[in-house]
Amino acid sequence: MRVVIAEDSLLLREGLVRVMQGPDLDVVAAVGDADELMRAAAEHRPDLVVVDVRMPPSHTDEGLRCALVLRREQPGLAVLVLSQYVEERYASELLSGDVRGVGYLLKDRVADMAEFLDSLHRVAAGGTVLDPEVVSQILARRRDDALDQLTQRERGVLGLMAQGRSNSGIADALVVSESTVAKHVNSIFGKLGLATVDSDNRRVLAVLRYLQN
Amino acid sequence: MAISRLGGVTGDTMRGAARAVLVGPWSARTWQACAHLLAGFPLGLLTCFTVVLLGGVTTGLLVTFAPALVTLAALLWCVRGYTALQRDRFATLLGVVIDPPAHCREEPGRVRRLLAEAAEPGTWRQFCYHLLAGPLGVVGFVVTTVLWTVSTMCALVSCYAWALPADSAFGRHLHTPSMVIELTVGGLLVFHLAPFVTVGLAAADTWLARTLLGPTDIDRLRSQLVSVTQSRNAVLAAADAERSRIERDLHDGTQQRLTALAINLGIARQTLPDLSGPAREVIEQAHEETKQVIAELRGFVRGLHPAVLSDRGLDAALSGVVARSPVRVRLSVDVSERPSPTVESVAYFVVSEALTNISKHAEVGAAEVTVARNGATLRLVIADAGRGGADEGGGTGLRGLTHRVASVGGSFRCDSPVGGGTTIEVELPCES
Repeated sequence: MRVVIAEDSLLLREGLVRVMQGPDLDVVAAVGDADELMRAAAEHRPDLVVVDVRMPPSHTDEGLRCALVLRREQPGLAVLVLSQYVEERYASELLSGDVRGVGYLLKDRVADMAEFLDSLHRVAAGGTVLDPEVVSQILARRRDDALDQLTQRERGVLGLMAQGRSNSGIADALVVSESTVAKHVNSIFGKLGLATVDSDNRRVLAVLRYLQN
Repeated sequence: MAISRLGGVTGDTMRGAARAVLVGPWSARTWQACAHLLAGFPLGLLTCFTVVLLGGVTTGLLVTFAPALVTLAALLWCVRGYTALQRDRFATLLGVVIDPPAHCREEPGRVRRLLAEAAEPGTWRQFCYHLLAGPLGVVGFVVTTVLWTVSTMCALVSCYAWALPADSAFGRHLHTPSMVIELTVGGLLVFHLAPFVTVGLAAADTWLARTLLGPTDIDRLRSQLVSVTQSRNAVLAAADAERSRIERDLHDGTQQRLTALAINLGIARQTLPDLSGPAREVIEQAHEETKQVIAELRGFVRGLHPAVLSDRGLDAALSGVVARSPVRVRLSVDVSERPSPTVESVAYFVVSEALTNISKHAEVGAAEVTVARNGATLRLVIADAGRGGADEGGGTGLRGLTHRVASVGGSFRCDSPVGGGTTIEVELPCES
């Protein structure tokens, strides 16, 4: 898998390159600002772009804007956005279009190497990965509608789903059986009115319908 | 001893007064006052004549709007110009600085600016001075000239009395020696007292000019208030900029380094599975600690100045605050036009602090936050149905809030009956 990394801190850029030295990952470019990222993405046509939100020249949100432009220009390109802080608003902007192959994580998550590489692959494979902190922000903010009907347990399951976990992953995390998870997931789909939607998309939609209103 | 000191003081005063009388006619101060009064004569006549004329014409034309405006403009132009001239006269001839009159409010459009100036009491005080300057100038000129010429003529009478024909009415008197002596002594006396009159008249003129041409105490206080407010705003903006700078420095430096450290420890933990027990434990512990420090630093930096506040404004930043709060919060933000960064950061601080207070003290699981901008006011309401009894003087939390709100000239109201929940209402002024 061909990867382009954009991160302005040299130290972190090196760290990211080192983390991504697996056999199935090929870091084709590691750049330090938004313009270089756009050039590298056009030149190398990567499968995945890992990008920092705050980069030169303005040090505000150019990483996020680049991610949105790249996804418009190269449909199918997976983008993983990293940041020192996660904000619900940035997540909403990132997920306002096509939600497949998008990730938004705190930079700290890179330190948990196995989990981070797992997230990376899930995003590259077209999944959606949101940082647990963003998920809790979203769940906290969108209390006032259909989410109110969910039980505490179902909220937890929805949160793990939003991180891109499979039923077995959720079962491991909550220390319950997979069939129990499946029951919760179906109940969530029911309460959110997603019972009739194509099953591949339901998981993503369950989380994202709240971001898009 | 007390008596002798008193005697000494009285002696000094007497000697001082005697010196003043003797030196008076030759001192620079006297001649400055003289020059001032003499210059005031033609200037006073001119200003008095013009303002009477233009004032009269303007009053006469009041029924016709446009011509009256023209003469009013001319009148105000003259008033302003004469004030400048008079201030120059005081500064050049007396060395007295009359503070410039207060500026009137800036209004868009010529007519509105003109009317605003006409409505300003300061303008009419200046008008009065220019009116009084006429009679005053005449009095000053006449008194000065008469005192100095007559006293000089009398004092020097012995020099020319002989030349006057003895048979004239005037000359007959002057040929008697007693008359010459009386006139000489009287002339010298007046010559030495004239400086006091001249300086006194100049002082009276100075007092009048200070009262009518200079700013009043209220004007002075008002301009001080304006400058204090400006410097307060500058200090607040500087503090805000400083917080942003610290946030940026931490973000670009410490946080990145710590994250790189955590990543390296993570790599070590992952790639060295066959390390001995203690070494592995140390790496694991360091890894966990570093992640903990990063999370704590993130919380600290967010409290300092969240980047999302500058980037996306109050709605986005408060969404984050609300989401991280252990209390369930219903948030409504309606801010169509963003206020200044200072007001935004005060609003952000107020909501975060109030929510922290609720989670600590209110013993309630839910709260409601409303933020709305209505014209030039940003209104925040933070309400909970908890146990109430919050005291502005008690906890440092509420006092900190009131200070922060007051720093931008906002109002703070806390309604917290015991057992009846707490409602905090804050209004912050936003310049449009």
